[in-house]
Amino acid sequence: MFAAENGLKGDPRLEAISAAIRVVPNFPKKGIMFQDITTLLLDHKAFKHTIDIFVDRYKDMHISVVAGVEARGFMFGPSIALAIGAKFIPLRKPGKLPGKVISESYELEYGHDRLEMHVGAVEPRERVIIIDDLVATGGTLSAAISLMESQGAEVVECACVIGLPEVKGQHKLKGKPLYVLVEPSGLDELC
Amino acid sequence: MQTLISPFVSHSLRLAPPLPRNSLLNNYHQASPIRLSSHFSTTSLRLFNSGAAAAASRDSEMTTEDGKDPRIAKIASSIRVIPDFPKPGIMFQDITTLLLDTEAFKDTIALFVERYQGRGISVVAGVEARGFIFGPPIALAIGAKFVPMRKPKKLPGKVISEEYSLEYGTDKMEMHVGAVEPGERAIIIDDLIATGGTLAAAIRLLERVGVKIVECACVIELPELKGKEKLGDAPLFVLVSSA
Repeated sequence: MFAAENGLKGDPRLEAISAAIRVVPNFPKKGIMFQDITTLLLDHKAFKHTIDIFVDRYKDMHISVVAGVEARGFMFGPSIALAIGAKFIPLRKPGKLPGKVISESYELEYGHDRLEMHVGAVEPRERVIIIDDLVATGGTLSAAISLMESQGAEVVECACVIGLPEVKGQHKLKGKPLYVLVEPSGLDELC
Repeated sequence: MQTLISPFVSHSLRLAPPLPRNSLLNNYHQASPIRLSSHFSTTSLRLFNSGAAAAASRDSEMTTEDGKDPRIAKIASSIRVIPDFPKPGIMFQDITTLLLDTEAFKDTIALFVERYQGRGISVVAGVEARGFIFGPPIALAIGAKFVPMRKPKKLPGKVISEEYSLEYGTDKMEMHVGAVEPGERAIIIDDLIATGGTLAAAIRLLERVGVKIVECACVIELPELKGKEKLGDAPLFVLVSSA
């Protein structure tokens, strides 16, 4: 669900976060209004607000694992993990993790890709949140959920800074709750 | 436990009890010597003890923490070595096990934050992708921006790019135009320095736009690859040296 629907309605921090995200038209291809979070990372206050909101939400939920999806999930996940006392697990593109891995395939617009995790990183019954910068179709997050569940871990929630319109109104992803801070900026500029 | 960490981190960091040592580390006990390829001398992973140099650590070109700091030993022991990855003969330093050790990860960040806070550093640049794991927590704690230095075509806006050498061929590193401004003071973060090619490219990118590199900071150094020599005037700071 969106943060504004879940206790943070009118929270000025959400406004600041949204304003800090830059929209880049026609990237990676024509017609896509790319939500660029690098400008959020340049705005120390807004970046701190982003992390604080996630930390406040998860700190008392007995979460022992924060998993971040490569690569932009790496920019948000570790700070949350450190603040709530959880481990950080990177979920990576194929061939990057050096040890024994498990992998899960997911669909792209054209074709497939795979997400990998180290064997042994997560243990059965651990409580996990999965972080990425943005959720669009939910394909990547679904693959991440599958990886966790295959190891007997419990995905408590998926959390993203931005949620595309496809997910509005959907509170759950593959049966798991989804928590999103803001909608995309600048969609009304697309004419 | 020292709390030389900015208010943000100390507010948010609950000193949760350390989780049991992850089972992944049990198979990679660091105390025994590691057999290395012919490129390296056959020594075990050891701490670089700079001794008296530690006292002048701010001024010397390359320093590590005093070998007696108990946090360093724990950090070093949490790093897993994977032989023959990505190819035969390479002993890969795997920091993912450090990230599973909540105490070690917290200490790693704390050591960098203690070193860089209060020095007017407004930019933490992190090299894709493992630099993205260590850089942002440091940036948040010291009040700096985080700037990702990325592989080609990942950044959506206008970029400047810098080519660098690989063992075979070249690659490119990119940074957004406007991410940094002339006169800003920066540190560059990566998990490891090997040949120094990547860090040297990052230095060139930032210096092209008038940024002053205060230091390059890595968790691990492979000193025999002499990466430090590629960094020019930029000092290098590492926590663990793997010789």
